Amino acid sequence: MPSKAPVFESWGRYPKLDVRVEPLFWTDEYPRGTRLPPSVLPVGMGRSYGDVGLLEGGTMLSTRGLDRFLHFEEATGMLRCESGVTLDQILQFSVPRGWFLPVTPGTKYVSVGGAIANDVHGKNHHVAASFGNHVPRFELVRSDGSKSICSIDENPEMYYATIGGMGLTGLITWAEVQLRPIASRKIRYTAIKFSGIDEFLSISSSSRSECTMAWIDCISQGRAFARGIYMQGDYSEVLEPKKASPKPRLAVPFDFPSWALNRTSMRLFNELYYRKQLRRQVTGLIDYEPFFYPLDSVLHWNRIYGKRGFLQFQCVIPWRYGRDGIIAILETIAESGMASFLAVLKVMGEIPSVGLMSFPQPGITLALDIALKPEVTFPLFERLAEMTRELGGRLYPAKDACMTGHQFRSFYPQWQQFEQYRDPAFTSAFWERVTADA
Amino acid sequence: MRRRRSQMESLEETPGERWGSSAKQPLPKTILVLGATSAIAQAWMRLLAPQGASFFLVARNAAHLDSVAKDLATRGATAVHVEMADLDDTSGHDELLERAADALGNLDCAFIAHGVLGDQAAGEKDFAVASASLQTNFLSTVSLVTWLANYFAAQHHGRLVVISSVAGDRGRKSNYIYGSAKAGLNAFLAGVRNRLDREGVQVLTVRPGFVATPMTAHLPQGPLFATPDDVARDILRAIENRRDVLYTPWFWRWIMALICAIPEWKFKKMDL
Repeated sequence: MPSKAPVFESWGRYPKLDVRVEPLFWTDEYPRGTRLPPSVLPVGMGRSYGDVGLLEGGTMLSTRGLDRFLHFEEATGMLRCESGVTLDQILQFSVPRGWFLPVTPGTKYVSVGGAIANDVHGKNHHVAASFGNHVPRFELVRSDGSKSICSIDENPEMYYATIGGMGLTGLITWAEVQLRPIASRKIRYTAIKFSGIDEFLSISSSSRSECTMAWIDCISQGRAFARGIYMQGDYSEVLEPKKASPKPRLAVPFDFPSWALNRTSMRLFNELYYRKQLRRQVTGLIDYEPFFYPLDSVLHWNRIYGKRGFLQFQCVIPWRYGRDGIIAILETIAESGMASFLAVLKVMGEIPSVGLMSFPQPGITLALDIALKPEVTFPLFERLAEMTRELGGRLYPAKDACMTGHQFRSFYPQWQQFEQYRDPAFTSAFWERVTADA
Repeated sequence: MRRRRSQMESLEETPGERWGSSAKQPLPKTILVLGATSAIAQAWMRLLAPQGASFFLVARNAAHLDSVAKDLATRGATAVHVEMADLDDTSGHDELLERAADALGNLDCAFIAHGVLGDQAAGEKDFAVASASLQTNFLSTVSLVTWLANYFAAQHHGRLVVISSVAGDRGRKSNYIYGSAKAGLNAFLAGVRNRLDREGVQVLTVRPGFVATPMTAHLPQGPLFATPDDVARDILRAIENRRDVLYTPWFWRWIMALICAIPEWKFKKMDL
C-alpha cells in the first residue's frame, strides 16, 4: 500500500493502488504515440466498487473530458454522445425533452462508457435487460490506432465483447443510447412490506411493474429474518412539464471513523428503516430522483465507511437453486453480523444481455455492502463466493475486489473466448488478478 | 461546416445597458468565439446553447471544432458556424471577423479564449519562444480587438469578453512571460473599456485563477483549482451584471490583492 493517499480510488476505496491517471479531452487523443506506457485502462467516473476500474503500473485514461453530445433525434430518442458523458448529464438534457434512460443503475454518476463496459442493470432488468441492450452502436479505438464502428452488423464480435468487456477491448470514444419516452418526472410507486424470501417471491411474481427491487434486512435473524420492503414503480402517464433536477446540496464532508458503523448502529438502522413504514402497503406518486437515486442526494456517501473502505457483494443465483440458495447466503451474512444498510434483492429477467461477459442472468440477485474489517470480511467474502459458485451463480466484476481466479473462471467460462478480443495494451488490476493463475 | 443560417433580429438596447445600472442585461444571441475549443469557452457556450444562441466558432483543430459544434447544436444552438484558423497569423483577422459578422447577421458578443501557457524555462533562454507566447497571448488579441472595438463602437452595443489571467497582476519568476502578455492585455483592455463604455459596449476582462483544463492538466491539482463550469457560470453572471473585471473564482481577487501588496524588496526574494 502506498504511504500517501492514492490519486484515484474506486468507489469501495479498496484496494488502494498506486495509479497514474491521464485525462483525455478529445476522442482523437488516444493512442498518441510513444508518450504513453504500454498498458492502459479507460476509466470514467470511478463508480465501480473494486479493482475492475483500477490499474497499477500503467496509465488510466480518464474519459471525463469526453463529455460532448454529438446528436439527438427528437423524434426517436436516439442520443449519440461521447463516452465520458454521465447518466446525470443525459438526464439533465433529456428529461425536459421528455426522454429517460432506458436502463439505469442505482447511481446516475456513471459514464456512458462505464455503463457499457460493465453492462449495468437496474430496477427494470426483468423487462429491459441491461444497458448494452439499448446501445445499438459505438466507436472503439484500439491501441494500434485502428478505429471501428461496432454494432450487431458491423464488427459484431467486437460489439459483443465490448459490452460488459470491463474496458479491456479498447477505448469507447462515443456511443448511441436509445432513450425511452416519459410523460412526467413522476413515478407511481408502491412499497410493500414482506417477511421472508417466500413472501418476497410471491409479491415479485404477481408484480406487473416496470421497475422493481426490494430493500432487505440482512442483519436480523429469527422471526425478523429476511424481512424487507418491496418497491415497485411505473412511469406516470399523466403529461406534466419536466424540469431538470437541481444539484444535490448534501455531501459527506469527511471520512467517518471506523467504529461509527458497527453491529448495533446497523441493527438500529435496519430496524428503523423497516418500522418507518407503518402500513403493510404504501402507494404514491414520487419524483424519479428519490426512486432511482436515493443515495445520489448525498455526495461522497462512501466516506461513511471510513478510509479503509468497504466491499460490495453482488451475486445472481439461477432459479434452479434460487430460493434455497438466497436463503443460505442470507443466513451466512446474518450470522456474520457484517452486513450494512444497503442490501438489495431483485428478480432478474429472462431477456439475455448482449455482452459476452455480461453479469446478468435469470434468477435472483442480492447486493450489499460489507464494511472492511480484514480479519472478518475476507473469510466471509470467500465463503459467500464459494457458495455462489456451488449454487451455479456468479459474482459481478464491477463490484468485486476479492474473488479468486478460479472462481472467476468458473463464473465466466467464456473468458478465454473474450481474451481473444481484449486489446493487448488494455488491462486492469481485476483482470491481472483473476487471470494470473490461469 | 455550415448549419442552419440564423435570421438575426437586432437586440433592443435598454437604458440600463448604456449607463451600467444594476438591471440584469439580456443574454447575447449572436456570439463569436475565438479559441472555441478551450475548456472555459466550451463550458460557457454550453450555458448559452440551450437559450438558442447562434455561434461562430474559430479554432485550429478541425476535428475538435467539429465535436464542439455538434455538442452545441445538439444542446439547442440555433446555428453553429465553424472556421479553422491559426489566430497567431494576424494578417487574416479582418477578413475572418467580417465573415463571422456576415454569417451571424451581426455580433452581440465576442468571446476571446485562445491562449497558451507556454514554456517559461525555454522562454528564458530563447527569445523566439517568449516572442511566440506574446504573439499568441497578447498581440493576436490586440489585432482581434482592434477590429471588434471599431465594429462594436459603430453598432453602439456589444460585449467583448476576453480571458486574461491572474498571472497578469504581478510578474512572478515561475511564469512571467505568460504573465507579462496578460498584463499587457489587461492594460490594453482597460483602455478599450475607457473608450467604448460611452458607446454602450461592455468590455469584460476575465481573470481566472487555476482552472482544471487541458492547459493545466500537467500541474498537481490542489484545492484552489476551479472547474471550467464554475468559471463559465461566473462569466455569464458578469455579463448579465455588466461587470468590467472579473476574478474567478471570487477569492482570487483577495489572493491577488495580497500578492500585489507585498513590497518589491520582499517580493523579489520570494519563490512564487
